[in-house]
Amino acid sequence: MNALTRSENQAVARTVLELDVNNHPGVMSHVVGLFSRRAYNVEGILVMPVGSGERSRIWLLVNEDERLDQMVKQVEKLEDVLAVRRHGAEHEVFVRLEEFFR
Amino acid sequence: MFEEKPETLSGAQIVVRLLERQGVRTLTGIPGGAILPIYDALSQSEQIRHVLVRHEQGGGFIAQGMSRATGVPAVCMASSGPGATNLLTAIADAKLDSIPLVAITGQVPKALIGTDAFQEVDTYGLSIPITKHNFLVSAAEDLLTVIPRAFAIAASGRPGPVLVDIPKDVQNQLVEVRAWPAAGCAETPALPAAPLIERAAAMINAAAKPILYLGGGVVHSGAAEAAVALAEIGRLPTVMTLMALGAMPVDHPLSLGMLGMHGARCTNLALDECDLLIAVGARFDDRATGKVAGFCPQAQIIHIDIDPSELDKIKTAHVGIAGDVQTVLQLLLPGIEHRQREDWLARVAELKASHPLRMPGIDDPRTPYGLIRAVADCLDDEATIATDVGQHQMWVAQAYPLRRPRQWLTSGGLGTMGFGMPAAIGAALAEPQRTVVCFTGDGSILMNVQELVTAAEEDVNVKIILMNNASLGLVFQQQTLFYGERIYASQFKGMPDFIRVAEGFGLAAVDLDKEADPLPALAAALASRGPVLIHASIALHEQVLPMVPPGAANKEMIGG
Repeated sequence: MNALTRSENQAVARTVLELDVNNHPGVMSHVVGLFSRRAYNVEGILVMPVGSGERSRIWLLVNEDERLDQMVKQVEKLEDVLAVRRHGAEHEVFVRLEEFFR
Repeated sequence: MFEEKPETLSGAQIVVRLLERQGVRTLTGIPGGAILPIYDALSQSEQIRHVLVRHEQGGGFIAQGMSRATGVPAVCMASSGPGATNLLTAIADAKLDSIPLVAITGQVPKALIGTDAFQEVDTYGLSIPITKHNFLVSAAEDLLTVIPRAFAIAASGRPGPVLVDIPKDVQNQLVEVRAWPAAGCAETPALPAAPLIERAAAMINAAAKPILYLGGGVVHSGAAEAAVALAEIGRLPTVMTLMALGAMPVDHPLSLGMLGMHGARCTNLALDECDLLIAVGARFDDRATGKVAGFCPQAQIIHIDIDPSELDKIKTAHVGIAGDVQTVLQLLLPGIEHRQREDWLARVAELKASHPLRMPGIDDPRTPYGLIRAVADCLDDEATIATDVGQHQMWVAQAYPLRRPRQWLTSGGLGTMGFGMPAAIGAALAEPQRTVVCFTGDGSILMNVQELVTAAEEDVNVKIILMNNASLGLVFQQQTLFYGERIYASQFKGMPDFIRVAEGFGLAAVDLDKEADPLPALAAALASRGPVLIHASIALHEQVLPMVPPGAANKEMIGG
């Protein structure tokens, strides 16, 4: 329902969100639940543990719309989210992954 | 952590000990297979009184009543599966009204999680969107951090419900406890930036037609006194949301009462004219604002809230201040200049005179407003007033002279029928010295009617005023006004004999319909000690007015 056609997709402004989170089962549910309940599509998700494994980093590729500021504030409220950083679509984390999605 | 003699305890014993150390003295719940180890440990506690409820939702609302009356996080318990799902409505209700609550649920043993075991449900997954935070505890030693953390999260910042799901094997697991953690308590929020306070003060001082708009956050933060001081120094006409009622005495000269869908005409019309709206602990709920584009269309906005995500969520604030509202108001007060605002106050007085809240039948105790007034006349401000949800709730919100923060317990955000009676039981358990009145309707009371036996068993001082119009009155009203009078599924054909229902559950009951003069019978029932059900029929045609049609701007009121 919220999926865009490929050509529409390329026309939409994108944002990359970088989240530092506690690494335990359930954190992903908390994060993506905030998006899904608002029918806010997440285009890309990448998660890996960092350091000793107590924490993870979540990268989210999302479309920019007028709700994004509110989304980021909601994500920042989650207990297990330690920090949120916003990057432009030019951030290379998802670009470098593109070869796995051909 | 501080050292004590090491003890080997089960997870269940650790939970109970942590609750005792947290200061919990009364909690609610129903046992079941997956939480029996905790109940076994609870049976050995000399400090905690367990109130056995008859349905987990009732237990959740009793805990909410304790929490709403005191501001202290309260605890409810349930077993796995249906026990947990029955709690969900009460938890969601606490989330929307920012009520601190700690729900503890039993879960099937870890090895059975995910196998569709008997009474297994994904309580953790189900509760994510309706809790402030939740935990699935995987080792007994983790309880030493999780339980205090649950209380800290529930009470900190914007309060809310926290759920702790504990598998049965974790409850039985033995661990050596060498030191106990400190009780979890509210963390001190960061101070807002001084320049924002100065800008807000300058805007208030410069405004010609300001209005102070108080929300439930004023009550939660203990900021009622500071809010009234701000209104008095700045001479600010003040409106309250449903959740804020009691923050400023409704008969205060600056009070305009409740705003929004069922606010007085003068209140919504004054908002329509204001040039500055000072929102304090309020979240611009749609029942308060009506169509947002038409809400205070000429006003600049100062928005003060402890939750940064509320700022700019519905209305963009010219000055948004994230911070504890009591702290912010205290910082703001020295910068507020004494103002007379004669023109604006005269205009507000003119609106009040020409468009007051009309309460037809106020002198007749057989009408809704008259009954509410008659109840109020029997009580003082020490009484606590709870409601269920529907017409009776709005009539009480409009007409009861609420004058004290935490005097008023109502389900605002979720609007849960079935809230009132168990919440009133909770308030009476928490503050047994008070008379607790629960206004309810014939629709709402049946949604948690089983807790009447809990009220009788605990002998709580709860007076249930049942306004009976044999219908879902607010649905009937909306079908009458907005659906071409096509009345459907809102009138009950069968009607229980509520007097016998109450007596059957062990309560005293009074039927005002059968009294030649209802006033002495009402006064006697309210003055008696212990739970009473007071039944009064009201006419089906009675409407809550004025009413802003759903989706319309607040100035487009019907009636009143």
